Amino acid sequence: MTPPDYEYLRKLLKDHSGLDLSTDKQYLIESRLLPLARKCGLSGIPDLVMKMKGGSSLHIVQVVEAMTTNETFFFRDKIPFDHFRDIIMPELVKARAARRSIRIWCAAGSTGQEPYSLAMCLKEMGATLAGWRVEIIATDLSQEVLEKSKAGIYSQFEVQRGLPIQMLIKYFKQSGEFWQINPELRSMVQHRQLNLLHDFSLLGAFDVIFCRNVLIYFDQDTKINVFNRLARSMDADGFLVLGAAETVVGLTDSFKPVAERRGLYRPTGARVSGGGTMPKAAAMAVGN
Amino acid sequence: MKTCLVVDDSSVVRKIARRILEGMDFSVVEAEDGAKALEVCKRAMPDAVLLDWNMPVMDGFEFLVQLRRMPGGDAPKVVFCTTENGIDHISRALHAGANEYIMKPFDKEIVTAKFQEVGLLALELPSEA
Repeated sequence: MTPPDYEYLRKLLKDHSGLDLSTDKQYLIESRLLPLARKCGLSGIPDLVMKMKGGSSLHIVQVVEAMTTNETFFFRDKIPFDHFRDIIMPELVKARAARRSIRIWCAAGSTGQEPYSLAMCLKEMGATLAGWRVEIIATDLSQEVLEKSKAGIYSQFEVQRGLPIQMLIKYFKQSGEFWQINPELRSMVQHRQLNLLHDFSLLGAFDVIFCRNVLIYFDQDTKINVFNRLARSMDADGFLVLGAAETVVGLTDSFKPVAERRGLYRPTGARVSGGGTMPKAAAMAVGN
Repeated sequence: MKTCLVVDDSSVVRKIARRILEGMDFSVVEAEDGAKALEVCKRAMPDAVLLDWNMPVMDGFEFLVQLRRMPGGDAPKVVFCTTENGIDHISRALHAGANEYIMKPFDKEIVTAKFQEVGLLALELPSEA
């Protein structure tokens, strides 16, 4: 890939998705876009770039999707789901006893492993949640991954990464080489296409937000903007779950870490500036 | 160092498994069928067993049943690793005392995930950025 092509892709991705690649991510672009170029019947990335420069919005959308789709596992990193089961849910079951409803948002729902892992955690709680209304909203930038998430069909490889075998036989139905998550769990998850750079206040207020391993690709200002808007989409006693390598510390006062619980944050209720206006990039973002 | 007994009639599969497990700091012992694997366990119980199902002489299921009856035989974590990927096989294996189940083909990530699942490996956490 030539340096001008790399720069072009870098800028395009930044403008359209907020994805902020450093100058040394050629391998990432090649590993994601070469298969895409072939799928489109093109010889390689230079041809793909040419199509995009020629104004092919279809190619641009596909490139953004390919670059922002992340591999994901069931119960990825395990600890966030321990927090969910041991800290978040017991506290919310007490705090929401009167209204008996809980809203959970997977802000980078991807191909469904995270929202369905949460659905399995909820099922495992059994009678505790009888009569409760628990919503899981999974959003993602990419319509393609959302379709996969809705179908809930996974390859043998995918169901073996992070999913305990007991859960597999309990919650999935085998169909040849593939495994489909059962209809009851599928019905627990709602899917919406959403770009985090856009206004998401219409989704309503949440008790729990999982926003893992997506903000790492954003630059500092965008991160701060998203954090501040997440805080406003959250109940005062809600929980924010970030990826293990992510933090709010040094970026915003709208969340504070929960002691000894890595990746777990709660709103501070602080009135923070920033986040009121969208970053410049958002105006050009795809999807609307 | 923890030990893992790899039971598979294919020397190629044993070699692949050995490479993965040694990369995870396990000391590896190999056996080519269930009967030979039982001999190994009689001498010294391993911490883990990676177990094929279909093998000559004694298959993996029979090995598991006999292992769990031996003194100290409830200790090793047994992870099946087999082309038998039907839910009936998986259920039988779990019922007989298997701790986890890998459907072949497998790779390092799957073995790592399954070994973490049964507590043979600590979770690796990325450092905070």
